[in-house]
Amino acid sequence: MNIAVCIKRVPETAEAAVNIDSTEKQIIEDKFVFDINEADNYALEEALLLSEKEEGEITLFTVGPKESDEVLKMGLAKGAVKGVRITPENLETLDTYATAKLLAEQIKEGNFDIILTGCISNDFGNSQVGVMLAEILGIPHATLVIKMEVENETATVWRELEGGLLEELKVKLPSVFTIQTGINEPRYASILGIRRAAQKEIKVIENITVEGMKAEVVKMYYPPAGKRAEILEGGAEEVSGKLCEILKGKGLL
Amino acid sequence: MTKDIFVIVEHRKGEIRDITFELLTKGAELKKEQGKLYAVLLGFQNKKMLDKLKPFADSILDIDDERLKDFNAEYYQIVLSHLLSEKKPYVTLLGQTAFGIDFAPSLAIALDMPYSSDCINVEFDNDRLFTERQIYGGKINTRVLLSGNWGYMVSVRPGSFAAGEMKLEAEVTNMVSPLKEEVDYRRFVQYVEAVKGEVDITQAEIVIGVGRGIKEEQNIAMMEDFAKSMGGVLACSRPVADAGWLSKDRQVGSSGKTVKPKLYIACGISGAFQHIMGMKNADTIVAINKDPNAPIFSVANYGIVGDLFQVVPKLQEKVIDLKE
Repeated sequence: MNIAVCIKRVPETAEAAVNIDSTEKQIIEDKFVFDINEADNYALEEALLLSEKEEGEITLFTVGPKESDEVLKMGLAKGAVKGVRITPENLETLDTYATAKLLAEQIKEGNFDIILTGCISNDFGNSQVGVMLAEILGIPHATLVIKMEVENETATVWRELEGGLLEELKVKLPSVFTIQTGINEPRYASILGIRRAAQKEIKVIENITVEGMKAEVVKMYYPPAGKRAEILEGGAEEVSGKLCEILKGKGLL
Repeated sequence: MTKDIFVIVEHRKGEIRDITFELLTKGAELKKEQGKLYAVLLGFQNKKMLDKLKPFADSILDIDDERLKDFNAEYYQIVLSHLLSEKKPYVTLLGQTAFGIDFAPSLAIALDMPYSSDCINVEFDNDRLFTERQIYGGKINTRVLLSGNWGYMVSVRPGSFAAGEMKLEAEVTNMVSPLKEEVDYRRFVQYVEAVKGEVDITQAEIVIGVGRGIKEEQNIAMMEDFAKSMGGVLACSRPVADAGWLSKDRQVGSSGKTVKPKLYIACGISGAFQHIMGMKNADTIVAINKDPNAPIFSVANYGIVGDLFQVVPKLQEKVIDLKE
């Protein structure tokens, strides 16, 4: 069973302030720590678990700058055999469709049984690339997969719907699955794995440009203030006192 | 070029989902004089759903086929690519939900339609179509221009628009289902209900929510203890359940539980919209977070900008004192 996993390097912004640069079309990325996109990390782990059950190899694909080699190396250290980094000339303005085309071009020759990626990216959050990739490759897909089992040429997958409801499906391979966070417990790379990864190949695709669709980000801006909480000022002691008074006044304590 | 607005009706187990009415309300506002508002219903034995939809659209395109009873992206792709390329609607609206996410991207590229997903607004400006969407977990907004084609696809985040009262009287057009052979490469099997846990967070009057800011599993105990002092239960946002630090039935949000307690205290939760969907209707919301720009502060009534590891123990101390 050969598995392709599409991963992305993203800035960690969950607990950090995000600022827009002077072009109003990019954020200022300098001070961020970057890591593999969260849902992609679960997709990678799912691939590792599958490859432990069935014989086969994992190949990683990423579209991004040279620094994306970091996330490929991390995946290679965990057990993938090969990484492919695609860095097109128009990387800065790449959209979801262009990204899916670039990935499809590399993946189509690979004879993969399963293609996995995260169901959403932490930066732009479009949730589009995996499904577009399946469409370009002409194979089925299922999104938001929170559990999966593979037997013969069929995968049984459970999609996570709203309110905790799951939808069970049978999908014939080859196919694309977008993986939801929480499906497994992603491992850390071992020291030995990291050493071995240094010997593994990263193929680089450059000097290409690709057209996307006409959905152009014309501007980035900060969300309007709108309704905002009454912020309690002071140190921990003071704000705790203030909050207790408020809650007591409302009969909540 | 038509100026029609299409809304793809979302339903599950025979019930139309709220997002559909939100989209139809918005669609009526977007609609230009020369265009019509259509509800597009793919289902089986649709009578009951058609009756519910009638006041919300000018016209309903009804595709009734047993294979459309439960959602299957592959059947949707066949039916909708057929229908949309024939009718050429100007804007096609659908929900950024487990339903929309699963078929809109492939449909958009099959029809060469520019597509903007997870939008919180959609509007015309000088006859050009713009969407508004949030990136980086709601910390930045973007304005997106869709251009260059006869039609565009926009998927909308649930809760972005309020469903209004509408008094239209839609005419229903029964369309012949274009489905021919069975799709055997993707089959719906069944729905599986979530497993019930020992604590029902939806019944509690006070809910303490804990998020990514808790950092490590061992810190959960301190929050359990705080919840107990408050006389409430401990719940969490997605990252905490994903890590397995609390069970899935404690997760508040669109893919977890919806809670409406008298008091919700969000600790170390930045406020991704999926979480906000599950707790925004609490009577009183308090947020404790390090980042003053965290989206959680726009839904909270009271905010504390600070480190939860300093604030929570102090708060707990004072609560215990007060209760004695």
